[in-house]
Amino acid sequence: MTEKNVVTAIHDTLHDEMASDDRIVVLGEDIAARGGVFRITQGFVDEFGEQRVIDTPLAESMIVGLAIGMSLHGLLPVAEIEFADFIHPAFDQIVSEAARMRYRTNGDFGLPMVIRVPWGGGIHGALYHSQSIEAFYGHVPGLKVVVPSTPADAAGLLRSAIRDPDPVLFLEHKKTYRLIKGDVPDHAFTVPIGAADVKREGADLTVVAYGLMLHQCLDAASRLEEETGMSAEVVDVRTIAPLDKETILASVRKTGKAMVVYEDNRTYGAGAEIVATIAEEAMFDLDGPLVRIGGPDVPAMGFAASLEHAFMPDTDRIYEPMLELARF
Amino acid sequence: MATRVGPETSHEALGLDADDLLSMYRYIVTARLCDEASFRLNRQGKAPFVVPVSGHEGCQVGTAYALERGSDIWLPYYRDLAVVLVAGFTPKDIFLGLFAKADDPCSGGRQMPSHWGSRRLGIISHSSPIGTQIPHAAGIAYAAKYRGEETVAACWFGEGATSEGDWHEGLNFAGIHKLPVVFVCENNHYAISVSQTKQMAVENVADRAEAYGFPGVVVDGSDTLACYGAMKQAVERARAGDGPTLIEAKTYRFFPHTSDDDDRSYRSREEVEEAKHKDPVRIFASYLTEHGIADEDALERIRTGIGEDIDRQIDDAWNAADPDPATLELRCYAEG
Repeated sequence: MTEKNVVTAIHDTLHDEMASDDRIVVLGEDIAARGGVFRITQGFVDEFGEQRVIDTPLAESMIVGLAIGMSLHGLLPVAEIEFADFIHPAFDQIVSEAARMRYRTNGDFGLPMVIRVPWGGGIHGALYHSQSIEAFYGHVPGLKVVVPSTPADAAGLLRSAIRDPDPVLFLEHKKTYRLIKGDVPDHAFTVPIGAADVKREGADLTVVAYGLMLHQCLDAASRLEEETGMSAEVVDVRTIAPLDKETILASVRKTGKAMVVYEDNRTYGAGAEIVATIAEEAMFDLDGPLVRIGGPDVPAMGFAASLEHAFMPDTDRIYEPMLELARF
Repeated sequence: MATRVGPETSHEALGLDADDLLSMYRYIVTARLCDEASFRLNRQGKAPFVVPVSGHEGCQVGTAYALERGSDIWLPYYRDLAVVLVAGFTPKDIFLGLFAKADDPCSGGRQMPSHWGSRRLGIISHSSPIGTQIPHAAGIAYAAKYRGEETVAACWFGEGATSEGDWHEGLNFAGIHKLPVVFVCENNHYAISVSQTKQMAVENVADRAEAYGFPGVVVDGSDTLACYGAMKQAVERARAGDGPTLIEAKTYRFFPHTSDDDDRSYRSREEVEEAKHKDPVRIFASYLTEHGIADEDALERIRTGIGEDIDRQIDDAWNAADPDPATLELRCYAEG
């Protein structure tokens, strides 16, 4: 075990995978000479060369389209979109091409490829460096969408994503990059795609979250236990698609209460799907109202610290409804 | 500015023998007769949707014939029936797709007809959104170069595709990395109904190649051998590591955009009839008779034989099984 932050965990995993498999190439904006704006690919071009570490023109649709072509011809591309906010020009390549390739060829073609995307707020990123995009892509069959929130999960899920036979959108919450530290196994371990994880055991209610919100929920759950003695079970979604319904439902059936927290705009967000799943499949196990906390339905968080703070759910704003639901 | 490739004086100069020419003629005729049969089936209510090729056969066979089957990669678009015949599809494969049968090699009846694809033949599956295959071609060519192969990727599209951002982005990247790829524009002057003058302010799509740092070539799309000559040169250039070429074949689509289109609203009958004077099927047949490759009787026997063969293959395809509805949710992911 080595303690790492999320950036180091992703860097080291990608590095080790590239060192052991020369089919892997990385491509994106500023990833070679600059080592990536978040330093995920720091030093890669010196070690693996320009053929495998490709600084691309500023063209997101092309980045994904190239990765599709590379994958079709025997490579394992790991594309980086510099910020989630800039992925929208690539929507057609991801949704019309990558996601549908296997289905539209009746299984003849497959596309092993990874698209890494830094997402989320809390870094003074304003309208165009803070967005959440998981709901757009979680809606699309043929894609897998993963959202690790700890260094170990980031490492294990990235390894799974690279080895997966289908396209994986790998979402990295920017605020967790250097904020969250944790032990990461030193061997080449994997975390399965499609498996949620109970990050904190509890008895009185279930809290479902991912990304930065997972950590806010864990903080709120600690406070709940300290102040009231009641315990919240915190489930880390880890994979948006395919959603691990069993783990979420098992926890809800155990505690009888559920609260879902996400940073994206509340309406039609991934949390809406999770709440709907609980309502459909565990209604009669519930002893309290389903609680859903999301970002407000405004285009984005502002640049001003006050506006950013007003947008993002934080520990205090999660704690109050958590307490209320626990007492219900 | 783009180079113009004029009419070739002889097939020998291009390295083609009589067998090659007759083989090319068979592809051209097969495409034309498949097209005519498809429209008949459409009118009979057996084929709900047809994408015609007629008018484009010469530039498609001319360019496709310069590739190596089994090692080169084909990225066609929906009008490229003759390209996929050269790549290895049979008429039965075409009609299995037209009838959306379970054994349709492109998609098992999932996609609309003429959305080609076959891993076995190196034909890359494409979708309906226009121009998305251009970056795929660049990515494939990048991979081929990275792996040290001699593979060339060839990518076909209409002039309509050249307005898409993916087109610019793909060509730009291919130019930067001198990738082994050939871009073939089948310029029929209409993006469904929008004429070329409303699509671009320039006369030649090929002129844009200069902006990407590689040659652009304009060729008469009704001249099969001129198309072959331009493509042969481009493929050799790509294989030698000298990078991409953009070939623009000036052509014309004799039928509406699809069986659901009515082209009378955007082009005059006189214009269409005038264009048919440059029918690539007839022009290539004339070349064969004039050069003593085959006389008119021999060509007629070839056409009759192909027509009868197509009719048999249509029957086979029509009698094949429909997709099982129980497969609807399968093959979305590798494990399912």
